[in-house]
Amino acid sequence: MTVIVGLEVHVQLNTRTKLFCGCSTDYRDDEPNTHVCPVCLGLPGALPRINRTAVEYGLRVAKALDMDVLEESEFARKNYFYPDLPKGFQITQYDRPLAINGTIEIEDDAGREKEVRITRVHLEEDPGRLVHRGGGDRARYSLVDYNRSGIPLLEIVTEPDLRSPQEARRFLVKLRSILEYLGVFDGEREGALRVDANISLEGHDRVEVKNISSYRGVEKALTFEVTRQKNLIRRGVPIVRETRHFQEARGITTSSRGKEEEHDYRYFPEPDLRPLRVADWVAGIELPELPAARKNRFMEQYGISLIHARTLTGDVKVADFYEKVAHVDPLLAATWVADTLLGELNYRSMSIAKVPPDHFADLLSLIKQDVVTDRAAVQILRVMLDRCAAGEAPESPEAIMERLNLGKAAGGEFTAIVRAVIEAHPQAVEDYRSGKKGALNYLVGQVMKETRGRADPRELGRIVTEYIETSEV
Amino acid sequence: MVSETDIEHIARLADIGITPEELAEFTSQFNAILEYFDILDRVQGAETPTPELSNVFREDEVRPSLPQESVLKNAGSTEDGYIKAPRVM
Ligand SMILES: [Zn+2]
Repeated sequence: MTVIVGLEVHVQLNTRTKLFCGCSTDYRDDEPNTHVCPVCLGLPGALPRINRTAVEYGLRVAKALDMDVLEESEFARKNYFYPDLPKGFQITQYDRPLAINGTIEIEDDAGREKEVRITRVHLEEDPGRLVHRGGGDRARYSLVDYNRSGIPLLEIVTEPDLRSPQEARRFLVKLRSILEYLGVFDGEREGALRVDANISLEGHDRVEVKNISSYRGVEKALTFEVTRQKNLIRRGVPIVRETRHFQEARGITTSSRGKEEEHDYRYFPEPDLRPLRVADWVAGIELPELPAARKNRFMEQYGISLIHARTLTGDVKVADFYEKVAHVDPLLAATWVADTLLGELNYRSMSIAKVPPDHFADLLSLIKQDVVTDRAAVQILRVMLDRCAAGEAPESPEAIMERLNLGKAAGGEFTAIVRAVIEAHPQAVEDYRSGKKGALNYLVGQVMKETRGRADPRELGRIVTEYIETSEV
Repeated sequence: MVSETDIEHIARLADIGITPEELAEFTSQFNAILEYFDILDRVQGAETPTPELSNVFREDEVRPSLPQESVLKNAGSTEDGYIKAPRVM
């Protein structure tokens, strides 16, 4: 059964001020209702004024997605009543959006390139934020913070071109990557991305899932929906065309039926704003190198593999970081950034922006000059990252190596350890002598443990073999 | 002309209950307001916005926001800097 998915993605543009007033968008660590003014509070008589930068950012996206910018676009009022909307309407764009008809290339589930069509992008204001104390559904009232009210959102609407929950996630990852390359979006900010997904199984009615606020959430919500809808169809129950809410914590969607009022937004052109005529700005916009181009350049310039190039260019911050450390040795740097550093950062939910590139380059030099083993290098890296994560002053990899005695030891230093290990494990030695070669790995592992990974395992294997074969233990 | 059915619909969208007396009253008030606009529409030589005017922007520069206590002044009920509203779900 073919899965058909289309997305409506809302991203916060990282302008300094809100879409229609000069309130700062830097509200995340601040008290509620401290970034508001008569405009974003919807006080009578206040007049909105369009932020030029927000329009420029929207056009940058339109150009990067190869879209047609409308000769004339306009803002409209979407009327509905909800406490997060102080004016009783949201200023958005309706039948004349900023731009239409674009594409984003992603990989399908078989690894082939495919195009996802972008229907439109438009600008709109973010509503306020509702807080429910005393745990979600049980709270009897909503607490409203209007700091978010009026933050510029770009809504990006796709055609129903996605064919699986995994494709939907890849689409979002790619979109985020492009938006961050364009410098219009910061995906690390809490709540910067929200997604509504339309999903149906071919031949059946579609369901809209709202309230998805993470990349992983999209895949989870859609996977849940595919299973739910397939089960209904199998039991002969028709799929109801409805809106459902994603409960992130429980990984399920629940029906919003009954809660949902009839949709009658009574859109009309916003009388307080003049139209936009900005199609001719597009030619003057200079786009930075985008992920696909950078991936190809990385392969050509640094000679790294497609897989590494793809991993390293997915996130603009990672790509910038790689280019700062590649001078040590491009291949070594690619391996250590893509295969090791990213995993360690992910484990700590830490941004690469916190890692000093010069220290990482020094660590690469230690590895390249064979001063540390790979295993010791990982240990040094972990200490570096833990210090950065804790906000402590960074310590150079050499200093960490010396402080923790992680430098590669010469063979002679191990003789005593090897002897002690062999004496402590006569059974393993006997097994080895009777032809069970696997026993050697066990013994080497024991020595590695004692040396805390400072020894090169291959060299150690040689020393241990030699010792067993020349001694009488 | 606005009918009582329109007013009932609008009241439902706004999630407010109205009595039959209010329904009649609001309907006539809505129509009175619309009549004023009819008069305005007939005024000769009144200024209309310049149709060709477009691209009215402000620069992306931060301006001071209101102090929290002023923001909360109009709220019926508050808690820890938030405005308290009935739960809508
Ligand atoms: Zn404001």
